[in-house]
Amino acid sequence: MTEFLFFIEVVVAGLLAGTMYSLVALGFVLIYKASSTFNFAQGAMVFFAVLSFVGFMEWGLPFVVAFLVTIALMALVGLATERLVLKPLRNQSEDTLLMATIGLGFVLEGLAQAAWGVEVRRLDLGIGDFPIQWIIDSTGLFISALDLTAGLVAATLIIALALLFKYTRMGLGLRAVADDPGAASSIGIPLGSIMLMVWTAAGIVALVAGMMWGARAGVQFALVDLALKALPVLIIGGFSSIPGAIIGGLIIGATEKVLEVYIGPFFGGAIEGWAPYVLAIFFLLWRPEGLFGEKIIRRV
Amino acid sequence: MKSTPVFMSYTRGDLLNLLVLMVLGFVLIPFVVPTDYWYSSILIPWLCLSLAAIGQQIVMGYAGQLALGAAGFMAAGAFALFNLELRLPFLGFPVNLVLSGLVAAAFGVLFGLPSLRVRGIYLMVATLASQFFIIWMIDKFGWFKNYDTSGIITAQDIVIFGREFTAPLEMYLVVLVVVTILTILAINMTRGSTGRNWMAVRDMDIAAESMGISLLKTKLQAFAISAFFCGVAGALFAFTYLKSMEPVAFDIKLSFRILFMVILGGLGTISGAFIGAAFILLFPVVLNTLGNEIFHGMVDATIISSIELVVFGVLIILFMIYEPLGMAKLWENIKARINSRRGAETSMKQNRKAD
Repeated sequence: MTEFLFFIEVVVAGLLAGTMYSLVALGFVLIYKASSTFNFAQGAMVFFAVLSFVGFMEWGLPFVVAFLVTIALMALVGLATERLVLKPLRNQSEDTLLMATIGLGFVLEGLAQAAWGVEVRRLDLGIGDFPIQWIIDSTGLFISALDLTAGLVAATLIIALALLFKYTRMGLGLRAVADDPGAASSIGIPLGSIMLMVWTAAGIVALVAGMMWGARAGVQFALVDLALKALPVLIIGGFSSIPGAIIGGLIIGATEKVLEVYIGPFFGGAIEGWAPYVLAIFFLLWRPEGLFGEKIIRRV
Repeated sequence: MKSTPVFMSYTRGDLLNLLVLMVLGFVLIPFVVPTDYWYSSILIPWLCLSLAAIGQQIVMGYAGQLALGAAGFMAAGAFALFNLELRLPFLGFPVNLVLSGLVAAAFGVLFGLPSLRVRGIYLMVATLASQFFIIWMIDKFGWFKNYDTSGIITAQDIVIFGREFTAPLEMYLVVLVVVTILTILAINMTRGSTGRNWMAVRDMDIAAESMGISLLKTKLQAFAISAFFCGVAGALFAFTYLKSMEPVAFDIKLSFRILFMVILGGLGTISGAFIGAAFILLFPVVLNTLGNEIFHGMVDATIISSIELVVFGVLIILFMIYEPLGMAKLWENIKARINSRRGAETSMKQNRKAD
């Protein structure tokens, strides 16, 4: 029984950690939907956002103000990207756009470090990374408060975004733009404000993901590498699907933890580093378009 | 189809270029450059990284497969050579170098398999697996490092036919010979039917397949040869430049650097690999020197390295927007402009004579 409990614990911890991958993946999906660009810089955006947030806090801004200022900053970054990088590259091949966003990632990482310094910052959200007592009492499971909060915050954000896209005029506009930007703008859908909204949403998602990770491991450059793990998540979930990003994140989170705990010791541990990618390869062999992605049809 | 061997299709310009570069590399530089610093800190790493960039160029620039894991294959080559020299020293350095390239090539085939199903960003993620897996494997299994407790291994001295090559100039010559041979090989491959198949697959794989080119063979061949180049490059990089190394020296950052060498240098050109490698290697040196000259140490070194990142990023974006074919194409354009101006001048002179 205790072994089973332990298994559940591992899975739950994995799922909750997976929501953080989901959040980063969600940022990718948002931009992909709106401007059909694979924004490789999303990981750098996570780092840029949370480092700026911590920087503003160090200036003495209150939590909420710092949060809002950072989001405004991210929206600005997004607009600049749209205007200066993506617009001149319209109609270029997907690979070219991808390279450009890799470049953008470097710009953001460099700017963040030049502005705020390179040392590891601590981020105290007032939520401890230790098990919650009443859950231990009632079920016997050891589940970290930070994991639980991250899971709840991620779930709230995801539901809010899903509602926004499903039921508002803006969301309808976004879906039209995702389908065919030319047709959408010709019937009077304001491309500019749609893009602003999408980049702001991606910025919020990046900031929240960064805050959760930063609270656990410190705000540091390694966040960029962690965010790379959102790539296998996207492979599993599909690039254009919000539910796909969520479920992909959960699958990666849980599988990686289970493998690490039960299989890792036979191989000297630390297989978390590559297990998600190998998992993604197996998924690719089975379903190249991801769980929820649209089927890719290619013609000569 | 009747095919002539590639070496018979060399033009006089090709041979002239080769001659000039050979004289420059083997005669002029050893006579003109006296300091060890230039050999061990600039020329040797430049040649090694250029070789790795050629590997990246083959898989990405010619075969059009977006792979991001060159450093993983370099690590495979480097540690393979270390183990071969340790365990099979009687084979000799040249044989072991080729074998270590083949070890990397085997990994290349293995991790190139996903390319048969996926492309673009999907493939990039799949190849990232190779990067993380190879480094993890070397890191976790002590055998690869001869159970060295520090985790850092020291490369053996290079001995070829009983002669030691340990001075910077000697090692430079060893690297230069290897790079020359492999570069000529790469140029021949890209000009021959192998390279045409790669490019056909790059430009439109479905069309290439319907013309009878085997995608399986072509793609895996590209991955294998690319990994072979990277493996040899990594082995040389470790044995002549790093000398003592741990797997972390070949992390994802190095893969990104090699990717940028290819992008900035120019996709689909061999010369682009050399130009890109020179730029990526020298640019931080120049920026650091400039930073010290202008600010006299008032600006922190970390700030300068951050600015370096920004400038790299901006350059990549600018190249993607204005010249997706990179510096090699830029150079071609300059040459073409000079030639056309010269052509215009001569035709003007002729016109004057006619008047």
